[in-house]
Parts: sequence; C-alpha cells; structure tokens
Amino acid sequence: MIRLLALRELRSLFSMPSTWFALAVLQFIFAWFFLARLEAFLEIQPQLAQLANPPGATVSIAAPLFNTAALLLMMLVPMFTMRLIAEERRNQTLALLLSAPLSGYHIVLGKFFGLLAFLLVLTISIPLMLYSLALGTQLDHGLLLSNVIGLLLLTASYVAVGLYVSALTSQPVIAAIGALAVLAGLWLADIGATAADSAWHLISPLNHFQNFNAGLLDSSDAAFFLLFTAVFLLLTVSRLHNSRVYG
Amino acid sequence: MPDATPDITLCARNLTRRFGSRQVVHGVSLQLRRGEVLGLLGHNGAGKSTTLQMLTGCLLPNSGNIEICGIDLLRDPALAKAHIGYLPETPPLYRELNVNDYLVFAARLRGMKPAAIGEALACARQRCGLEAVGKKIIGTLSKGYQQRVGIAQAIIHGPAVIVLDEPTVGLDPTQIREIRTLIRELGDAHSVILSTHMLSEVESMCDRVEIMQHGKLIYGDTIAGMANYGGEPGKLEDNFIRITEALE
Repeated sequence: MIRLLALRELRSLFSMPSTWFALAVLQFIFAWFFLARLEAFLEIQPQLAQLANPPGATVSIAAPLFNTAALLLMMLVPMFTMRLIAEERRNQTLALLLSAPLSGYHIVLGKFFGLLAFLLVLTISIPLMLYSLALGTQLDHGLLLSNVIGLLLLTASYVAVGLYVSALTSQPVIAAIGALAVLAGLWLADIGATAADSAWHLISPLNHFQNFNAGLLDSSDAAFFLLFTAVFLLLTVSRLHNSRVYG
Repeated sequence: MPDATPDITLCARNLTRRFGSRQVVHGVSLQLRRGEVLGLLGHNGAGKSTTLQMLTGCLLPNSGNIEICGIDLLRDPALAKAHIGYLPETPPLYRELNVNDYLVFAARLRGMKPAAIGEALACARQRCGLEAVGKKIIGTLSKGYQQRVGIAQAIIHGPAVIVLDEPTVGLDPTQIREIRTLIRELGDAHSVILSTHMLSEVESMCDRVEIMQHGKLIYGDTIAGMANYGGEPGKLEDNFIRITEALE
C-alpha cells in the first residue's frame, strides 16, 4: 500500500510540466556550481601541489558542492512538500484516502517515500558529476559516500518537516512558507548561536550534516536525523487522525 | 465475496457528532439491507453529508457505533472500509491522472488483486459510460464526466455498501437520467445510500427514504408509505413539506 501511494505521488509529480521545469533548472544550477568549483580548483592546483599534503579534488570540489546542495534543498524541499497533504485537502481528494482501507501510517509513509524518491532523482546528478572526475584523478570514495548518506538523511528530515506543515493547512502556499520558516529558522538559530555548546546547534539538521560533509560518519548524527524524521512523521500521522476527530 | 455478505450490510446506532459546541447530528440510527437503495432526504445543512462522512470513516462520531457487513467500523476500520465505496460531495479526483490510471489506483487502494483489476476496470467504465475517455486526463473532462469518474471509483471494487453524496448535482437532464438508471441497477446487487434534496430523485431511485432535519431522523418509510402519508395519497413533495413542517 505504501508503495502504491508513493508511486501515485511520483506519477502525479511527473505528469505536471512544472516538475520537469524545476528538474531542468535545478540540474543547470547544480552543474553551474560544479563547474565553478572545478574551475577554482584547477586555478589554484599548481600552488596546492607545492604543499606537503595537498587537499585532493574530492575535498576541494565535492564537499563544497554537497554543502551548497544542502542549503539549496532547504529552500527547495518546502516547494515540493507543500502539495502533499494541503492540496489533497483543498481539492477534497483526501476523502478518497480516508475512506479507503488504509491507516494513517500508510498515507504518511506513502507520501514521504514518494517525494523522497523524487528528490533522489533530482539530486542523483551531483554524485554522477563528481564521479565523472574519476576519469582524470583519484577520488576519495569514502568522503563521497559519507556526503551522499548525509545528504539523503538531511533530505529525509526536510521532507518530514514539510509533510507535517502541509498536514496543518489546506493552503499549499502557506504550507510552503511555513516549512521554509521552520527550516530556515533552525538554520539561522544554528549559525546565530555563538557559544560552541549552544543547544541550538543540536537541533539544527544542517549542523548535523557538517560531520557527514567532512567525511565523518558519526552514529549520533545519523541517530539525530532518524529521530528528527520519525518525530515529524508521527506528528503528521496524529494530525491526519485529528482531521477525522475534529473534522 | 458478495455471497458472504450478510443481509444487513450497514447498521449505524445512535450516531452523534458535534463541531465545537454545535451539535450537528443527534442520535441517528440507520439500517441498510442488501439490494436496497436508501435516500437520505433533507434541507441544506440538515447533517446529511456529516452522517455520510461518519458512515465511511472520514469523520469519527462522538458517540454511537457503525457496522459494515458485521464488522465494527471504529474498531476495525481497515477491514470494514474495504466493503465501502464512497463518492463525496466533490468527487475526489486527481485531475492530473488519466481516467484509467485513476480508476486502477482507486481499485488497488481498496485492496483489489492486480489480476482482477482489468475486468473490474472494464466493467466500471462500461457501467458509467466511460469507455471513450479512458486515456483522457481527468482535469480536461466536463463536470458530468468527472462525476461519472467519481461514481466509477466508488463501485470499481464491487463494495457491499455504496455511499453517494448528492450524486446528480451539476449534471444535465440526460446525464441525470443515466445516473439514475445506473444507481437503480447498482441497488440490485449492492446496498446504496444516497443523500439528496431533490424529491424526484428519491421517487425514481429509492426503495426507502429517511428524512433528516436539524441533525435528527424525523421520518422513515418506504416510498409508497411516504406517498400515503397521513392516510391520504398525495404528491411526495407535498408530503415532504407536511412532514417537515409537522415536526418543526
């Protein structure tokens, strides 16, 4: 059932021209950043070569590129999550799901995995572009892998927040702005807190991504993402149940 | 599966529902037998849609219980809902899908086996007159066709109970006649409960009628019984007004 709902979500996304437009523009932006990073690296490479232990292409190109993608996704994910439940409410298609033999978990997980699969398609070009560098240089596969895992977990946490905010309203635009406000708020609180041990750092997904970005697989960061995602998914399930209770 | 369904397909007892402090439905009890079409009649705002939403599990009642084919809807929602087909006031259509994809999705959603769907799809399209528009995007169809797609999604899985909320709203007279014939046909093998505020609709489609006013069921009888209300045969319309005014 979860797969059925996820596939329906994907099918609806890909049948809208706006999705294809967004895909094309974002591929262009990712490629632009990649090429800009590559050019900067090639320019300073002769000077780097004189260092005793010069940073490689992966650290100089891949890590900043993933970091940029993480920031971009923070702003993009709300635009994709806004439709998930708010639009079903507005078009009154939610009744189809609510009157079907499904539990709230099916509905929420179906939508979550459907959009996550779409975002995987959207971001798959980043590791592919980076792997094209393997033609000319040695890549640090460990660093790439940790970045890919980190970006995936980060995206999942963004989608969970967006899905929850989308369940709160029947206006997709409000859902988009609300989710953006939450995500940007967490990020701003993180970079605004100067004390190194401030609690704001602990609740910011982007902060937990930094270790992955540096190639460090820390189980506490992974646990944070899983918990963060699970909490928002559970909140969404309970919100969906409440719409049966309160109408 | 239809052979296993007991005679009473839907049984609701003492349903109540509040929105905030406003009581919308007061102690509604309904029973529906197999092969019966029940019309829920009432003015706008009488609580018909709210009652139907509760019967389909879209809204939880504040008290009371609902059994679908002997399965408690509140305790075992997933099992019970597999026997329901529901067309809300606004048909729940994904406008960006084509008719076939949407109907297959609706059938799978109700737990139909993929092998059985091809036949069910053809049957539902044939019954609702959708043969020619299978590949069309739902958003591009006219209101009448969208309504038919809405009915098709409610019957594609052959549910024991079909719940239709104002099924003929917004249709032209020819379409209304077709839909009425279809509902009559559906009433032979399934149980149908439909809400409406049009008396002619009740007269041409229903076996039995329940009149709802201010959230209460105030009158229930067969069509013939209602036509003979008060011992003197009359037009349904006059009798409806007499009934609602007498109990005002």
